[in-house]
Amino acid sequence: MSSRPEFLAPPEIFYDDSEARKYTSSSRIVEIQARLSERALELLALPEDDVPRFLLDIGCGSGLSGETISENGHQWIGLDISASMLNVAVEREVEGDLLLGDMGQGLGFRAGVIDGAISISAVQWLCNADKSSHEPRLRLKAFFGSLYRCLSRGARAVFQVYPESIAQRELILRQALQAGFGGGLVVDYPHSTKKRKEFLVLTCGSVPTSINDGHKEGDSDDDDDDSEEEENGMVCVSDRSRPRKKQRTNKKGKGREWVLRKKEQSRRKGNDVPADSKYTARKRKSRF
Amino acid sequence: MRLIVHNMLTCNIKGVVNKFPLRIEAEKVIKKDVDFNPDFLRHMLAKIEWKALVDGARSMGYTELPDHAPALESDEPFLKKFHHALLELNLEEGSLVCQETGRKFPVEKGVPNMLLHEDEV
Repeated sequence: MSSRPEFLAPPEIFYDDSEARKYTSSSRIVEIQARLSERALELLALPEDDVPRFLLDIGCGSGLSGETISENGHQWIGLDISASMLNVAVEREVEGDLLLGDMGQGLGFRAGVIDGAISISAVQWLCNADKSSHEPRLRLKAFFGSLYRCLSRGARAVFQVYPESIAQRELILRQALQAGFGGGLVVDYPHSTKKRKEFLVLTCGSVPTSINDGHKEGDSDDDDDDSEEEENGMVCVSDRSRPRKKQRTNKKGKGREWVLRKKEQSRRKGNDVPADSKYTARKRKSRF
Repeated sequence: MRLIVHNMLTCNIKGVVNKFPLRIEAEKVIKKDVDFNPDFLRHMLAKIEWKALVDGARSMGYTELPDHAPALESDEPFLKKFHHALLELNLEEGSLVCQETGRKFPVEKGVPNMLLHEDEV
């Protein structure tokens, strides 16, 4: 798997002109972004009264997610740190207003003016200290504090994140809660490594009902990988210490003795087992 | 940049008290048509700082806005002017100036550069 972009360079350098163009012309990325944006908008739970709302797209990049917002009839402001990505957005003539800015410096908006905020694959960039003067915690604090202030009462912020680790996700959530947000994590297709998507749903002010209702841990099973119904695949993970499927079990307890015993067992059963030699249960290179 | 954004933007520099509004220095303004939606306009009316909108519109060359928003929100000629000022005027080139420090945030191709320098954070 290719390494995470955050490890290669800060976002304003990683997303240069050629990377910006590559990102936007990849049909796979366009499709994924559209799907994630639709889902994030859904999780915003805006009132269904056909009144367009005023939304914020944090880390809007080349405007892929912003287009989904426009398609749903809302007005939006997009913020991004990469001038190259914003240039692509300008070329594509997106309908929202664009701002070149750093979310870690705080969003400079007046209090209570934003009806909702989404962010697709952007917030994890805040967790890396790219300059010596950066302290991720301070940047997260500035970001969440200013976001909380500019959201109107009852508004939500939905972030689709690819956290590098559980610790990183914890850090983000903790900073958000400290800023005054309520809410938690929504995980789609939790049992599928490919389809699994995480959304941080934060609420400002009144507590929403849908997040509490979503606690359906017992419903999900492995068959959901084939099912297209999102209701079955969605689980609200309240226990944040649940280990992810990717973590393998530790094989420390299975040494040479155990292997020899098992082979003897198998021979007694009558199976065709290779002869024991000095190579049996020898430690292999970690690649295996 | 449209006035709908300008009306929400504050100067984010540490220690600044008079952060809103930013003064507009317009060099190039263009008009882009946007669909008229009275529901959205009424929704936004409650959030808008009217004086900042009037001053902002004036710096972009539009002087038709009344000095105060009328009490009757369904006044259509007013809504049309409000719509034009809020959503159809685009600042392509120019700058936004902090009233307290004089710091200029340049606007290029319609995108304001709000990045703060290290010492301003």
